[in-house]
Amino acid sequence: MNLTLRIWRQRTPEDAGAMTTYEVGGISEDMSFLEMLDQLNEELILAGDEPVAFDHDCREGICGACGMVINGRAHGPERTTTCQLHMRHFSDGDTIDVEPWRAAAFPVVKDLVVDRSAFDRVIGSGGYVSVPTGSAPEAHATPVPKPVADLAFEHAECIGCGACVAACPNGSAMLFTSAKVVHLNLLPQGAPERESRVLGMVEAMDDQGFGGCTNTGECATACPKGIPLSSIATMNREYLRASLKGGTRRR
Amino acid sequence: MDCDRPSVCAMALATRTDRPPSLIGSVWRSTVGKKAVMAVTGLVMLAYLVAHMLGNLKVFFGAGEFNHYGHWIRTIGEPFLHHMWFLWLTRAALTASVVLHGVAAYQLSRRDLAARPVKYRRTRQRASYATRTMRWGGVILALFIVWHILDLTTLTVNPNAQEGRLYENLVASFGRWYVAVFYIAAMLALGLHIRHGFWSAAQTLGANSPRRDRVLKAAANGLAALLTCGFIAVPLGVMTGVVS
Ligand code: HEM
Ligand code: FES
Repeated sequence: MNLTLRIWRQRTPEDAGAMTTYEVGGISEDMSFLEMLDQLNEELILAGDEPVAFDHDCREGICGACGMVINGRAHGPERTTTCQLHMRHFSDGDTIDVEPWRAAAFPVVKDLVVDRSAFDRVIGSGGYVSVPTGSAPEAHATPVPKPVADLAFEHAECIGCGACVAACPNGSAMLFTSAKVVHLNLLPQGAPERESRVLGMVEAMDDQGFGGCTNTGECATACPKGIPLSSIATMNREYLRASLKGGTRRR
Repeated sequence: MDCDRPSVCAMALATRTDRPPSLIGSVWRSTVGKKAVMAVTGLVMLAYLVAHMLGNLKVFFGAGEFNHYGHWIRTIGEPFLHHMWFLWLTRAALTASVVLHGVAAYQLSRRDLAARPVKYRRTRQRASYATRTMRWGGVILALFIVWHILDLTTLTVNPNAQEGRLYENLVASFGRWYVAVFYIAAMLALGLHIRHGFWSAAQTLGANSPRRDRVLKAAANGLAALLTCGFIAVPLGVMTGVVS
């Protein structure tokens, strides 16, 4: 199929940037969206142009690197990652807008690449468990009831792609942060840092310049991994509980 | 020292004798805590409005009954509380709620807008109308509250303005069609605000769960409809001559 692409081009973080129009032809519907961009880039390179910069790594929907906003929706029309989005969801002659994640906390590095290291700083302030070093612990030493394990796993599926922030009208990282908090706070391994984790991560999230939650639900709709909106309610509960209990962030 | 996270670096420098930040301070500073303040103050105002709406409906039982009700409000709690004390305590709680709610709304909205400085080329509307109008609806409510107090509490802008004659003041005020229309518009805004707000408060306070979600959404719609209809009945009553 033949497509018209309008892609955000921005050379440097300081550059103003603009949407630039490209025509691509001979796109198979079995291609992934990234493969379609690869083909465009090959043509650009042959023509002596600068290829479109975009992030990607695993190309199997588990690393979370390939974020971009396609036609106003994070990762495009399907609930999946851009690398797992196939061109069969578009039709011949379509015009497709491709933009980077937009959020103050995710500055554009180049074209469609944004700096998501704000997420790393949120994780660094509590998104871990204190594991004793040494040999691996006996797997059955810490029993976890099946429903709890399932719920923790549902939240552990978050790949940190940033679609929630990109989709949120407030550029809020609540769904990301709550996925991590709920995942770890549910499990016995996460219990020792239950309070400091949620207090620390919420503080870091605010410090990084993410907005607050207005419960619009755009995040959960955009999430390729299906992290539920109830995750945010649970984090709010954990935050209020920890505040009342400890009052401050103790570490 | 190279520092891209002031809070952490300040932490590293802090000595153990430092007083930890207060509970109220740290809650108010965080987006999650500030939103919880909005939720609690919103629910306080909501509870008040349910009582207020029920009281207003007494207007349909005549001037005597309504003015007697207005007098009773001033005597609640006697002889334990002095005359009017209950009323003033309620006013204090409501003033604190509306101010905290408004300030938190303003501060959070500023933050939210700054966190998303660039719009997308192509956007879709997905969130409900009620969700999208929380800010401007809130502004309408704030203006309405000011006007409503000047009209029927302080009687500053009331055409009748007789102390203790609530019924006559109310009928005189709604006798002006534009006042009735503004009132009805504000109550529609209130209904929308509560439709999103009640469910949102449950979410903010961590009281929501996948099991309760549907019940809470239904309760929000029910409360919104109940309050809007109950409040709007009064100006409609005056406009149709049922109340005169
Ligand atoms: C002073 C005028 C008011 C302003 C400026 C205002 C503004 C707002 C804003 C901006 C929100 C957040 C919306 C969101 O997160 O999407 C909100 C939430 C809310 N408002 Fe108001 N509002 C006002 C009056 C009221 C009144 C009179 C009530 C009483 C029924 C009320 C009840 C609520 C509730 C229950 C919430 C939900 C809190 C939450 O999301 O956790 N508000 N308001
Ligand atoms: S490239 Fe890893 S999730 Fe898409």
